[in-house]
Amino acid sequence: MPTLTVNGKVRSFDAEPDTPLLWVLREQLGLTGTKYGCGVAQCGACTVLIDGAPMRSCVRPVSTVTPTQNVVTIEGLSARGTHPLQKAWVALDVPQCGFCQSGMIMAASVLLAAKPEPTDADIDAAMTNICRCGTYNRVRAAIKAAAQGGDARRAGLAIQHSDGSTT
Amino acid sequence: MSARVSRRRFLGASAAAAGGLVVGFHVPFASAAGAKGDAMPEINAWVLVRPDDTVVIRIARSEMGQGTLTGLAQLVAEELDCDWAKVTTEYPTPGQNLARSRVWGNFSTGGSRGIRDSHEYVRKGGATARTMLVQAAADGWRVPASECAAAASVITHAASGRRTTYGKVAAAAARVSPPTEVALKDPKDWKIAGKRLARLDTADKVTGAQIYGMDLRMPGMLNAAIKACPVFGGKLASFDDAAVAKRKGVKRVVRVGDNAVAVVADTWWRAKTALDALPVEWDYGANAKASSAAFANVLKAGLDASDAVVGNRVGDARAAIASAPRRIEAVYSYPHQNHATMEVMNATARWTAERCEVWTPTQNGEAALAAVSEAAQLPLAQCDVYKTLLGGGFGRRGASDWIRQAVLIARQMPGTPVKLIWSREEDMTQGRYHPVTQCKLVAGIDDKGNVTALHMRISGQSILAGVAPANIKDGKDPVVFQGLNPPGPESSFVYGIPNLLIDHAMRNPHVPPGFWRGVNLNQNTIYLECFVDEVAHATGQDPLALRRTLLAKSPKSLAVLNAVAARIGWDTPAPAGVYRGLAQTMGFGSYVAACAEVSVSPQGDLRIRRIVAATDCGYAVNPQQIEAQVEGSFAYGLSAALYGECTVKDGRIEQRNFDGYRVLRMDEMPAVETIVMPSGGFWGGVGEPTIAVAAPAVLNAIFAATGLRIRELPLKNHSLAKA
Repeated sequence: MPTLTVNGKVRSFDAEPDTPLLWVLREQLGLTGTKYGCGVAQCGACTVLIDGAPMRSCVRPVSTVTPTQNVVTIEGLSARGTHPLQKAWVALDVPQCGFCQSGMIMAASVLLAAKPEPTDADIDAAMTNICRCGTYNRVRAAIKAAAQGGDARRAGLAIQHSDGSTT
Repeated sequence: MSARVSRRRFLGASAAAAGGLVVGFHVPFASAAGAKGDAMPEINAWVLVRPDDTVVIRIARSEMGQGTLTGLAQLVAEELDCDWAKVTTEYPTPGQNLARSRVWGNFSTGGSRGIRDSHEYVRKGGATARTMLVQAAADGWRVPASECAAAASVITHAASGRRTTYGKVAAAAARVSPPTEVALKDPKDWKIAGKRLARLDTADKVTGAQIYGMDLRMPGMLNAAIKACPVFGGKLASFDDAAVAKRKGVKRVVRVGDNAVAVVADTWWRAKTALDALPVEWDYGANAKASSAAFANVLKAGLDASDAVVGNRVGDARAAIASAPRRIEAVYSYPHQNHATMEVMNATARWTAERCEVWTPTQNGEAALAAVSEAAQLPLAQCDVYKTLLGGGFGRRGASDWIRQAVLIARQMPGTPVKLIWSREEDMTQGRYHPVTQCKLVAGIDDKGNVTALHMRISGQSILAGVAPANIKDGKDPVVFQGLNPPGPESSFVYGIPNLLIDHAMRNPHVPPGFWRGVNLNQNTIYLECFVDEVAHATGQDPLALRRTLLAKSPKSLAVLNAVAARIGWDTPAPAGVYRGLAQTMGFGSYVAACAEVSVSPQGDLRIRRIVAATDCGYAVNPQQIEAQVEGSFAYGLSAALYGECTVKDGRIEQRNFDGYRVLRMDEMPAVETIVMPSGGFWGGVGEPTIAVAAPAVLNAIFAATGLRIRELPLKNHSLAKA
């Protein structure tokens, strides 16, 4: 049985070679945080990392991912949502319906890894994911909050959290 | 404020709770609250309190990103005086609602009604529960309840210094007779409602843990992919299941109703690829040659037809226009559009001869239940629907067509849970589309430039004719006139024009219509607000000044307009190369206005730089979520203005995915400054109204920048380049 390395673990799966990586993740490995949105690499809801590079997994045949390449999904981005982006997303209440947000966060993680202090133009270029609820401006604010030297309070949203903090 | 409570409603709730009805939602995933029925007394239908002081607040409306779950919980918690940090939520099912005489009221979630239509009874639910909890403590201490106070889930008796918590008295409180009357707080005293609180449903959305309908898994579950006749109204003729029967994982190929075929397989990908390979013959029927271009001519003819129904009439507009020294006339049009929720339509159904259950993201749980019962051929009481968080709704999920399909498939495989997922292509081509209309506007102008008369003739599609024809009375679909209605609390024409006629010639294509976020307020506001801008320019008046004149007797509308004008700095010149446009409307109970700043390069490249938007929704339950909704409404409304268009050729929708149906992305999203200015005394909606001002504010700014008046949406079909 073929295998993949996903979130640091070797996993075997049962799928035809041309099956998109997305559906192996979702249906064979039970990792449903990666979403199907379009199937044609347009919306970015299926974004995962392969050896640190962003990949729209809905168009990537699973047979083209080698067993030793490191696939990271939203479930493997951090332990218990502790990645700076995830914390910034929570601090600024970014998600509305939330469906596109896994892909947004994965795409943003690549951006921050390459550019710790991204400009607006950097964000525009890297974040081509579709959000129909329209969270774009909070996504932008959260990326800046998670960036080097960032601070969620600078977004000026003054959101009151149940732990008593305000961001 | 004092309000009477229906005693029977809350008694009914408590009695049912004793029967243990709250437990066992059968939802097979951990994030569903409420599975722990043990030791969780139900105080009333809205509130459960665990011994550890956790408060579970029941939410009848569907959460689809708009934040209603958090807002409604804030309203209950405010009156309950509980500890907000210990609040969780759960959905009752439509089956439970039915069994309890609809104790939770209406489940339908649309029309920006979630909070404005249920604020009173959910607050009473919280207040009643607080009264019962305090009474239980007082009874235990043998003191009058009036001597006790409650705050943050703690009950105190000052005179004796005694203290207890909601969790400790919850079991006793569940047995207390509900009060017949409770007083609701004055909103100025709110401590939880009205605050900029974080949403309750964010954490799992950033880790991938959030389970959407599409993510459900159950033991023994199979997956289905479906294809319906691409021509609306056409039928399934035949299919050759032998051609795919031996493919790996394929279990069944089934007919679904009279117009669709589905492949059921072990995985969805195998089902989908088998469906792609399945030879299918369709009977396209009478609409096989229908096209948008041909229907546009039908709409055009309706602009001057004699069969129109009047929606609003003041004075005699026809006569006043005929005698006016000057007339201004324009024709606008607005296309079909798909909702394009990020999560495609899906439902998981399990059918047996005794019971049918469905798990699905729906905006209308009760309508979904009715659809399940009908498709399952089982009584309502033997069916139920378990709502999952919606990956976007925007009105599409108020329908139940995909739910019916899932049940029809499951009925052919008794006992097996089947998850039906539409492909994006199916979602794009089997939508319930934003109605298509045209509008002819004619204004009569006097010698001083005053608007003495206005006739708006709408020609086009009726949503109700498609989804609820029984609600059309005397040929009139009242929804057509959103934003154009006579004065009232919902969606009114707010300009003072002495002679006004607004009428509608109904012209329905074969494309099924649906409620699409903002609904008919969207195009009606484009028509009116762009035309008012035309009138201002044609008569040499400042667009703000003309609107101020027309709004002299509409103070709330004038206030939001003035607020955006002040914030944008209308009276001072815009930066070089930047141009401004205004729009205002009244819809879904709220008063809104926007000003857009745009620039257009000589090559015609549009940049929408900044939007200032003001909303008076009466009361603001969570201002930071209102800001999020307003901001999001501009992404939705500007997607529509720039790109939104579904065209019909050979009877079917041509756009099949996001490559052909473009939507706004991050690099095009303007900065949005939201002014939330609740004036009190009424409850208006938030999710939709500002969508309607997005397009006209930008279109008017484009005119200011280029002199081009765009009257046919979307913008992508026009060049803004200098001629």
